[in-house]
Amino acid sequence: MRFGRFVVAAAIGLCASVSSLALTPPAQANTFRFAAQGDLKSLDPYALAETFTLALIGGVYEGLTARDAQLKIVPALAESWDVSADARRWRFHLRKGVTFHDGTPFTADDVIFSADRVRSSGSDLKTRVPADAVFTKVDDHTVDVTTPDPSPLLNAVWDTWYIVSKKWTEAHDSVQVNAGASAPSYISLNANGTGPFRLASHSPGVKTTWVPNERWWGKREHNLDEVVFTPIASGATRVAALLSGEVDMIEPAPLQDVDRINASGSARVMQGPEVRTIYLGFDQHSAVLPRSSVTNGNPFKDVRVRRAVYQAINEDAIKTRVMRDAAVPTSLIVAKELFPRAGEFKRPDFDPNAAKALLAAAGYPNGFEVQFDCPNDRYVNDERICQAIVPMLARIGIKANLKAEPKSILFGRIYASGGYATSFYLLGWQTNGSGSLGVLRDLYTCRDDAGHGGGNNIGNYCNKKVDALTIDIGREPDETKRNQFIYDAYDIAQNQEVAYIPLHQQTLAWGIRSNVKVVQRADNDFRFYWVTKN
Amino acid sequence: MIALVVRRLLQSLVVMLVVTLIAFIMFRYAGDPVNQMVGVETTEAERQALRESLGLDQPTLVQFVRYVGRVASLNFGVSFQFRRPVMELLAERLPATLELALVAAMLSLVSGILLGVYCALNPRGRISAALQAVSLVGVSLPTFLIGILLIYVFSVALGWLPSFGRSGLVPVTKHWSTGLLTLQGWKSLLLPAVTLGLFQMTLIMRLVRSEMLEVLRADFIRFGVARGLPQRRIYFRHALKNTLVPVITVVGLQLGSIIAFSIITETVFQWPGMGLLFLQSVQNVDVPIMSTYLLLIAFMFVMINMVVDLLYNAVDPRLKGSSRV
Repeated sequence: MRFGRFVVAAAIGLCASVSSLALTPPAQANTFRFAAQGDLKSLDPYALAETFTLALIGGVYEGLTARDAQLKIVPALAESWDVSADARRWRFHLRKGVTFHDGTPFTADDVIFSADRVRSSGSDLKTRVPADAVFTKVDDHTVDVTTPDPSPLLNAVWDTWYIVSKKWTEAHDSVQVNAGASAPSYISLNANGTGPFRLASHSPGVKTTWVPNERWWGKREHNLDEVVFTPIASGATRVAALLSGEVDMIEPAPLQDVDRINASGSARVMQGPEVRTIYLGFDQHSAVLPRSSVTNGNPFKDVRVRRAVYQAINEDAIKTRVMRDAAVPTSLIVAKELFPRAGEFKRPDFDPNAAKALLAAAGYPNGFEVQFDCPNDRYVNDERICQAIVPMLARIGIKANLKAEPKSILFGRIYASGGYATSFYLLGWQTNGSGSLGVLRDLYTCRDDAGHGGGNNIGNYCNKKVDALTIDIGREPDETKRNQFIYDAYDIAQNQEVAYIPLHQQTLAWGIRSNVKVVQRADNDFRFYWVTKN
Repeated sequence: MIALVVRRLLQSLVVMLVVTLIAFIMFRYAGDPVNQMVGVETTEAERQALRESLGLDQPTLVQFVRYVGRVASLNFGVSFQFRRPVMELLAERLPATLELALVAAMLSLVSGILLGVYCALNPRGRISAALQAVSLVGVSLPTFLIGILLIYVFSVALGWLPSFGRSGLVPVTKHWSTGLLTLQGWKSLLLPAVTLGLFQMTLIMRLVRSEMLEVLRADFIRFGVARGLPQRRIYFRHALKNTLVPVITVVGLQLGSIIAFSIITETVFQWPGMGLLFLQSVQNVDVPIMSTYLLLIAFMFVMINMVVDLLYNAVDPRLKGSSRV
């Protein structure tokens, strides 16, 4: 039949024309293409305190300080700084001859303006700079910062407090952070920093590009002519894009694809410990434990029960089976990279029999039933970790009823907005630059109903000695003494009272083409200025 | 005719109101948008202030009435995530979705009809049997699987086509950049369009085949053959035309679902269209985007239904007198 032949011919023709559409080779300019699961929502450096966003924005903007590959604080826009003996006055000597991308010179006025703006209402980075710190301009390139209390850790998290241009921000009506009830502020779609890259284009949720800033003050370590960032939410698509060479790097590489990427020969997965710790927490506050079978008390108030749960969990099995070895078991929530004495703390042995004995001694020989809250889209394999924990607890008689939910629902329920409605939960915590101070303040200090104290201390672990030590840690200028205080605090809260059950530090997994070299920092802060591509 | 259009427009208003109401009831279970908008360091007092500034502290009904009031004045609100007007965001993404949907629909329509006719004319041929078998796969495999399969064959293994995104864009107007004018644009478009259109293609093919087999048995075809009319005239003029009435219904409704359900295809291919935006907004509980998207889709379905009704009139003369249906 003639028509039949036509269809077949057309089909063959279509296939042939598809095959001739082979991809053209990439352009000659050295373009680094980067795809990530996350998205760049606002370019305003004070809009969202999230590692991924701040790291990408950090190509354009710079802080007074920066952190190097080993997370050590190094000078950036401040060339040097002196601290008074009582740690109440800091003097920052600003780098001279630095200009913003629009040509405006960088001066002390920009620092003072940025200090006000980052603490203004709407900013999500208010805690970067203490509310009671006073900034004074000494001259154009010197700024004094004074605080009523000693602040030896004042600049610990200033590597992500980026300096914006006073003149530019005011000229574009962008002083207010996260304003724009009806229209986006200029600064959320444009950028003007002092950093090694200039923003070339930005289409939120689609594509963002940068080009090198030829007038940058620092020594150029990358060899790129352009950086292109595309968010790719689907893990399989991200891997395909990496393997086909359409992108040079993906973040994160899905754990189940790690072997395949490494076997491809054209790309590899760079893994390293992340400063994010996965842990279990308990309601240690309610008189009667809600969402449980217990009607006459709160078993989690008893340290023996908490210790029993700890000893019932086989973290090695979680590490090898659930996490495919992409985890580092830990005994503290603070990342070991950020506390030199972390190695002195040990996990108790995995021992279900001892756990059972502890439960019996606490008055629960037959265990009890409790709801177990778990996110299912926040951390690496979060729901599967919880699924592994359920039978481990069943072995000692605790029936954990797993309730795994998306973070958008779970966090609304178990944090302050939902009245901390959880009895037993799994969460993760990323240690920021302030190290143990931040961990203790947020997770270990007593919290009252008015919202004072550790806002992330969901189960309200409370010990006045730990509170006092936390204050001392924030004020002690001597590092050895400070570490002793930190050690003492953890000794009480973890060794003696099992405030939390730390499980493991997650592992970072970045998929990288073979011809690309990057620097992987443990805080998952990815910087273009360390990328080389051959 | 005009009465039909007016009535349909009125009906669409009711449909959209109901859709919005259902959407608002569902949003209560989507989670707290504020937690998605701020980092962990933000205090509860600030979160509460943000909640109040967005009107999220109000009861659902109040939020709903406010929203309808705003929509009535064509103000669709501001995205929580991007802090930009929702209409602007959707308008930016609309070209990508429309191009993808139209190309997918054309692809599935043309190849579906051609293959369906072929199968009907050669019901016992080997190629027909093979096509029937393959079409089963197309109907039963989920879209994301087909998409990933195509990516691995054509992007990773063969390296012929890009695995994600939209490229080769040429600006036409301020808000409309098209990828249809460059080879690179078509290359990016091909895999998502095939993925999106495959289900419709197999559906149309099977539909055309069975309808046409039915029509070919009809008396007027036999008379045509007896009269010695040329084959092409019988098949394509008389038989195919009579096959098309149900096909138009299905294609019309399917075009709506192509646009509405391009969500999955767009996610697999990171195609920067409205579906991808919607999915991201669900993850982030971005209520203004979600509700406006749902409204838009409801509106589109109503409109497509109306166009289909009008097309019936054009194709089937018997319906002409009863346009008040």
